[in-house]
Amino acid sequence: MTIDTGAGPRSAATTRGAARALDLLDGPVTDTTLRRYLEGIPGVDAVGLDQRAAGLGTRSIKTTSKAMALDRIIELIDLTTLEGADTPGKVRSLVAKGITPDPSDPTCPRVAAVCVYGDLVPVAIDALGALHAPRSREAGTGPGISVAAVATAFPSGRASLRVKLADVEDAVAGGADEIDMVIDRGAFLAGRYSQVFEEIVAVKEACRRPDGEDAHLKVILEVGELVTYDNVRRASWLAVLAGADFIKTSTGKVTSNATLPVTLLMLEVVRDWHRLTGEKVGVKPAGGIRTSKDAIKYLVTVAETAGEDWLQPHLFRFGASSLLNDVLLQRQKTKSGHYSGADYVTID
Amino acid sequence: MSFLDYAPAPESRAIVRLRPSYGLFLDGEFVDGHGTPFPTISPATEEHLAEVATADEHDVDLAVAAARRAYDEVWSKLSGSDRGKYLFRIARLVQERARELAVAESLNNGKPIKESRDLDIPLVAAWFFYYAGWADKLDYAGLGANPKALGVAGQIIPWNFPLLMLAWKIAPALAAGNTVVLKPAETTPLTALLFAEILQQADLPPGVVNIVTGAGATGQALVRHPGVDKIAFTGSTAVGREIARATAGTGKKLTLELGGKAANIVFDDAPIDQAIEGVVNGIFFNQGHVCCAGSRLLVQENVHDDVVERLKHRLSTLRLGDPLDKNTDIGAINSQEQLDRIRELTAAGEQEGATPWSPPCELPANGFWYAPTIFTGVQASSRIAREEIFGPVLSILTFRTPQEAIAKANNTPYGLSAGIWSDKGSRILAVADGLKAGVVWSNTFNRFDPASPFGGYKESGYGREGGKQGLSAYLAPSGGAQ
Repeated sequence: MTIDTGAGPRSAATTRGAARALDLLDGPVTDTTLRRYLEGIPGVDAVGLDQRAAGLGTRSIKTTSKAMALDRIIELIDLTTLEGADTPGKVRSLVAKGITPDPSDPTCPRVAAVCVYGDLVPVAIDALGALHAPRSREAGTGPGISVAAVATAFPSGRASLRVKLADVEDAVAGGADEIDMVIDRGAFLAGRYSQVFEEIVAVKEACRRPDGEDAHLKVILEVGELVTYDNVRRASWLAVLAGADFIKTSTGKVTSNATLPVTLLMLEVVRDWHRLTGEKVGVKPAGGIRTSKDAIKYLVTVAETAGEDWLQPHLFRFGASSLLNDVLLQRQKTKSGHYSGADYVTID
Repeated sequence: MSFLDYAPAPESRAIVRLRPSYGLFLDGEFVDGHGTPFPTISPATEEHLAEVATADEHDVDLAVAAARRAYDEVWSKLSGSDRGKYLFRIARLVQERARELAVAESLNNGKPIKESRDLDIPLVAAWFFYYAGWADKLDYAGLGANPKALGVAGQIIPWNFPLLMLAWKIAPALAAGNTVVLKPAETTPLTALLFAEILQQADLPPGVVNIVTGAGATGQALVRHPGVDKIAFTGSTAVGREIARATAGTGKKLTLELGGKAANIVFDDAPIDQAIEGVVNGIFFNQGHVCCAGSRLLVQENVHDDVVERLKHRLSTLRLGDPLDKNTDIGAINSQEQLDRIRELTAAGEQEGATPWSPPCELPANGFWYAPTIFTGVQASSRIAREEIFGPVLSILTFRTPQEAIAKANNTPYGLSAGIWSDKGSRILAVADGLKAGVVWSNTFNRFDPASPFGGYKESGYGREGGKQGLSAYLAPSGGAQ
C-alpha cells in the first residue's frame, strides 16, 4: 500500500506502526479490515465506565503519598501555551517556569516538556539551552525538558495531507522532540478508518530526523468530537495500530476535553495493547485538568489501571497550563502546613 | 516507595461516642434487659466496643405491649401526613449524623468505610425519604381506598447491612401506620441503638419503635409472641423455614427475604471492562456478605480465559485491611462463625477439584479475615456452586448458549437475583425473561433504589421490600384483616 504524501511515495508497511497493524489484521490495511477489527472490539458501557472512574476518584491520597503525587504531577506536565497571541517572550517565560516552577524551593522538580506551536519551537529550544532534553542527556545532567510541537493543522486538522506533513516536517526540522498531531475526525466519523490510519503512519514517518532518531508522536483523538466512548475506544486502537507513541485526549480547543472516564478508557486500551504485544504506549489527558485534586485522581487511575510503570514521563503526561500553579500551592502547603496564595506562585 | 502503597487515610473514630453499655429501647427509653448482657466487638480487631443488653421473653412482652399501646393510642390515630413528617425528620437526622453512623457501622460490622459512607447510610436516608412520601398516599398502594395498617410488626434483621436492613423494615412499616418491635442481629446491634437515639431526637412517640437486642432466642420470642400481627425477617433460609413453621396457622402475616446463589452471566459480546467491574462488585462488595451477591459467575466458554485473566488482574488491585481506612476495598468477615463457614465451604470446593486463586495479600493478625478468592474449574454439582457461602468467594462456571446459561442460572433452590452482561439489548431481554430471580440486573449489579421492589423466588423467600410492593406488605385492604 502506498500513500502519496506529496514528498514521494512511501511504503506504509516499512514503518513500525503499520507492521503492528499487519500482524493483527492479518491482511492489508483497508477500511474493511480495519472496520472488522475495530468493530470487533468489545463495546463500552458508559454507565459502568463512569461509575468505575468515580470510584477511582474516591481514593484518599494523604500525607507522604500526597507529597509524592504532587512532585510526580509536576514531572509529568507538558506545560502548554497554544494561543494565537503567543510571542517569543511568552514562550521564554513559559520555559523559565518549566525549569524553575517554584523559585522559593530548589527541590521542586522540573516539568517534562513545554508544548508550543511549531514556529515557536526554535525559541523554546534556545530558551532551554543546556536543559533541552537531548543536550541534557548527552551532557549526563538529567532528563532535561523536551519541546513538543502541535502540528498537522492543529487544532481542526482540516488541511490536505501535504500541508499537514509540511507542518510536521517544519517542526521536526526546528528541533521538536515530540509532535502532537490531530486525527482527521471527519474521516473517522465517516468510517474512512484507513485514511486516518495512513495519515498517522505518514506523520510518524515525517517524525524521523536525519540522525535516525524519531520525534515522539502523540496522536490527539479529540474525544469531544468523537462523542461516544465506543468511538474513543476504536480511535485509540486505530492510533495505536498505526504506531502512536502516545494517545492524547484532546486539543483543549473544544468544549469537552479530558475527563477521568475517557482517560480511564484510553488507559484500558494501552493496558490491553501491552498484554497483547508487550509494547507500552503512553496516554496524555489534556485540557480541563486544573486542580491538584483532579490530577491526583488521574495518577490513581493510571496506577490502578495500566500500572505504576506508566507514571513516567515517557508513558504519561498532563497537557496543562494552570494546573502547575495549583500543584505548587498545594506543595507549599504540604511543606509549610498552611496555604499561601496566588501571589506566592508566578504567572507564566 | 511505591505510589500504590497509599499512606493510611483513616476516618476518625472521634465522631462516634459509644456508651460503655446499651439497654433495650422500650417505649421511648433505654432500659435494662432481663437476659445476660453480651459484648459487641469490632470484627476487624476483636476490640471490645460496648456491652449490650439481652431481651428475654419478658422484655419482648414489654416491647410488644408498648408497641400495641402506641398503635392503639397514638400512631393509628395520626394522619398519614403527620406520620410522614416524623419519617422526613428521621431521614434528615440520618443525613445529619451520616458520618457518625458510617463509622459506627464499619466498626461494628467490619465493612469498608467507603461502602458505609457512600452506600449504606445514603440509602438509609433515601429509604426514609421515599416512604415518608408514601405515608399520606396509601390509597395508591394498590389495595384500594383506605387500606389499613396491620398493627404491630415484629422485624428481625441480619448483620450484613445492619442499618440499611433496619431502614428497609422500619420505614415502610411506619409509613403504612404500623408500630414496630425490631431485633437487630446479635453481632451488629450498635447502629440500631444509635438509631434509637435518633428516634428520641425526632420526638417519635414512645413505643412506635422498640428495639430488642439479643441472640436467636430473643428473635424466637418475638416470632412466637401472640401480640404480633406481622413478622418480617431477613436472614438465612434455615431460620426462615423455622419462622414459617412457627407462624403457620397463627394468622400472622409473613415476609421472608432469605439466601441466594445468584448467577452473573457474562456473554462473549459483553462490555468486558465494565463486566469485570460488575463481577467484582457483585461478589466482593461487602466481603460477599450480600444475599443477592453474584456468587456464581457463568461465563461464555469462548471468553472464559480472557475473563479469568482480567479478573485476576483486577483482584490484585483490591485493598484489604482496616475498614476505617478510606482506601480499603475489602473489610473484615463479620464473625468467627462466618469465617469458619467460609473456610469449610472453600475447603470442600478444593476437595471437589476446583482450583482456588487469591491475589497476594497480607491478612491482619487479629480479627476475622478472608482473602478474595475465585474458583475456576467449578462443576455445577460442586458444593461451592450450590450452597450460599456468604463470603468473598466466586465460583466460575462456563456455558455455551443462552439456553444453557438460563438453565444453569435457574438450577438452584434459590432465586433472589441475577446479572446479565451483553451489548445486545434483545438478548438481555430474552434471557432476563427466562431467569427465575426476583431481581435481574443488566450490565450492572448490586444497585438498589427505594422505589424498586426487591425479593426472591423459591427458597429465597417471599414478599417484596421496596417500592409500592414493599409498602403493601404492611397493609391490608379496607375491611380485611385487622
